[in-house]
Amino acid sequence: MYRAHVLVCGGTGCNSGGSKKIISKLREEIEKNDLNDEVCVVETGCHGLCAQGPIVVVYPDAVSYAKVTVDDVPEIVEEHLLKGRVVERLVYKEESMDSRITSLNDTAFYRKQKRIALRNCGVIDPESIDEYIGTDGYEALGKVLTEMTPDEVIQVILDSGLRGRGGAGFPTGLKWKFASGNRGNVQKYVCCNADEGDPGAFMDRSVLEGDPHVVLEAMAIAGYAIGANQGYIYVRAEYPIAVDRLRTAIKQAREYGLLGKDIFGTGFDFDIDLRLGAGAFVCGEETALMTSIEGNRGEPRPRPPFPAVKGLFQSPTILNNVETYANIPRIILNGPEWFASMGTEKSKGTKVFALGGKINNTGLVEIPMGTTLRTIVEEIGGGIPEGKKFKAAQTGGPSGGCIPAEHFDIPIDYDNLISIGSMMGSGGLIVMDEDNCMVDIAKFFLEFTVDESCGKCTPCRVGTKRMYEILDKITKGQGTMEDLGKLEELAYYIKDNALCGLGQTAPNPVLSTLRYFKDEYIAHVKDKRCPAGVCKDLLQYIIDPDKCRGCTMCARTCPANAISGKVKEVHTIDPDKCIKCGACMSSCGFGAIYKK
Amino acid sequence: MENKAKFPFNGTKEQEKELRQVIAEMKDEKGALMPIMQKAQEIYGYLPYEVQKIISDDMQVPMEKIYGVATFYSMFNLEPKGRNQISVCLGTACYVKGSGLIYEKLKQKLGIDSGQCTEDGKYSLDACRCVGACGLAPVMIVNGDVYGKVTVDDIDGILERYE
Repeated sequence: MYRAHVLVCGGTGCNSGGSKKIISKLREEIEKNDLNDEVCVVETGCHGLCAQGPIVVVYPDAVSYAKVTVDDVPEIVEEHLLKGRVVERLVYKEESMDSRITSLNDTAFYRKQKRIALRNCGVIDPESIDEYIGTDGYEALGKVLTEMTPDEVIQVILDSGLRGRGGAGFPTGLKWKFASGNRGNVQKYVCCNADEGDPGAFMDRSVLEGDPHVVLEAMAIAGYAIGANQGYIYVRAEYPIAVDRLRTAIKQAREYGLLGKDIFGTGFDFDIDLRLGAGAFVCGEETALMTSIEGNRGEPRPRPPFPAVKGLFQSPTILNNVETYANIPRIILNGPEWFASMGTEKSKGTKVFALGGKINNTGLVEIPMGTTLRTIVEEIGGGIPEGKKFKAAQTGGPSGGCIPAEHFDIPIDYDNLISIGSMMGSGGLIVMDEDNCMVDIAKFFLEFTVDESCGKCTPCRVGTKRMYEILDKITKGQGTMEDLGKLEELAYYIKDNALCGLGQTAPNPVLSTLRYFKDEYIAHVKDKRCPAGVCKDLLQYIIDPDKCRGCTMCARTCPANAISGKVKEVHTIDPDKCIKCGACMSSCGFGAIYKK
Repeated sequence: MENKAKFPFNGTKEQEKELRQVIAEMKDEKGALMPIMQKAQEIYGYLPYEVQKIISDDMQVPMEKIYGVATFYSMFNLEPKGRNQISVCLGTACYVKGSGLIYEKLKQKLGIDSGQCTEDGKYSLDACRCVGACGLAPVMIVNGDVYGKVTVDDIDGILERYE
């Protein structure tokens, strides 16, 4: 037994902040102070508070240290671990926080959260199957194999009301039911979608990095429920840490007999293989993902036939995403009523969101369905940096939309988000402030879709390109009011006619910004002005004659020689030569240059 | 092929042996083509015509299929990469925090466009989609090292480490 456990976050965020070096320094210092038998250092998955990384948490009191550097380690070891005195200067603090709070669990960031899918992330060592088993891991698999029939398992999932966490929100139990016919007579597959492609979303990555075994366990449960004995995890190659930990987890599970032949001596066989994605967004679409696992260009197929009938290698297949699977073992152990007691009428349980963009606590949070956007942004997220004004929150990535301030108090669930023109998506939530131009954001997403469209169907291949061209024209000040009408017309045409989810949802960012921020579009078209000061072609840099001291700094900095003026005289910018790089503005020591 | 003239193929016998062995081990698995191509890229660093041909011959898969798969996925490279591979995240979280400016600055500084390699073979530049380090936005990656909260002024200092 150890007297204290020091948990160091080894997620991608903290890792790039140097958590590996912190761990080795910790071990070194602990050795030096002869604490080897008393203190244990554990590398865990993501704690969620990526903005404050690297994070180090010392148990049993869960004292959390933020922005730790290697140089802080000797002090932590000597003061805290040896003498039992908390190192106050490193403790994570929130503005509104009582200064006596040192435990992570009492912070506003954690207090409103309810961690089910993320319950082990940041708590256990993801590379140790024993630690997973120590937190009831593989107990749910044991329970279904020894006490439940496959149909009972499906009924539990149905009753829990769990809906797919990957985007569309299809009831998981129903998906399993559709694929459950003819058990034992046909080859079937269980797939896991870990091709988290939405830019700004990293929920699945954190689960895979922090708790890989939960995915394996849930897939085995799904295999038992539908009568499949082979699973595939399709994971992005851009997530090297996740891939490594999955490989380790699969190996350990096989060694323990929790994957492979005759699991728990029940005669049930199930094994899992990894397939690495190769950087194609469309492969997050279920049929495209399966085509890709088969070794082809990842193009979607028309549905029907649905994957539950004809999926991978033409066999009945179920595909769920990582977060969906992460809920399954808990539902089995705690019962469907427990899960259904959380959330809203039609969206049960919790949802993990990746908070990003203009928000103080960028990171990962898991909240009950029905929490309002205001709670997420202002309380958990800690508000917007530099006292700027909230403009919109973007959910659902390139398939979703922007939620304006007027819907700040709407409870977030699948159906509410759809009704206001966005969607849940996989859970990326990007906050934008007054400095973000909504036309530019719409253009950004369309550029993404144009790039990622697989080209199979014309509405998506050509239609999104035309939409992008119109948006580009508008951001350059060359748009007309007819263009706005054309944009909308094209958007609905593409939605109705594209082959797969990528194309059908691609116009959403444009439609939602047109709906809530039409005045910004009109400012670009009619006044040739970008209210947020983002669209370069509509910007003008101007020197305020009252503030300019004639120091010549800006003229010397300008790469285009667009600034003229004599020493100690007011300078001017030639708008024809100016390339709008902004270098002059940042070089001016008197704040005399502004843009409009 | 135009690329052949620009970057002569200089694969070694050892590399070829390794690849053929990988193919022999994996080719009977279902859907083995992509994993084999990923291995091939690990071995050679990219997938030139000659490498595609080896895969085609040993797997009995037509060249057009291999070329089709190679050009569909952004991670397969038909041209060699620089010794130092730089990518800038243009995911949403990074973009709203100004990664576009960093990307432009790098293009300007290195004198290359997206997906290209500098003439001395030192750097190549790519835009990447979200790497999932959104808490650190904006993010750039050099040879797998992630740099977070990057500003335009940091770029020179970062590049200096990879001379």
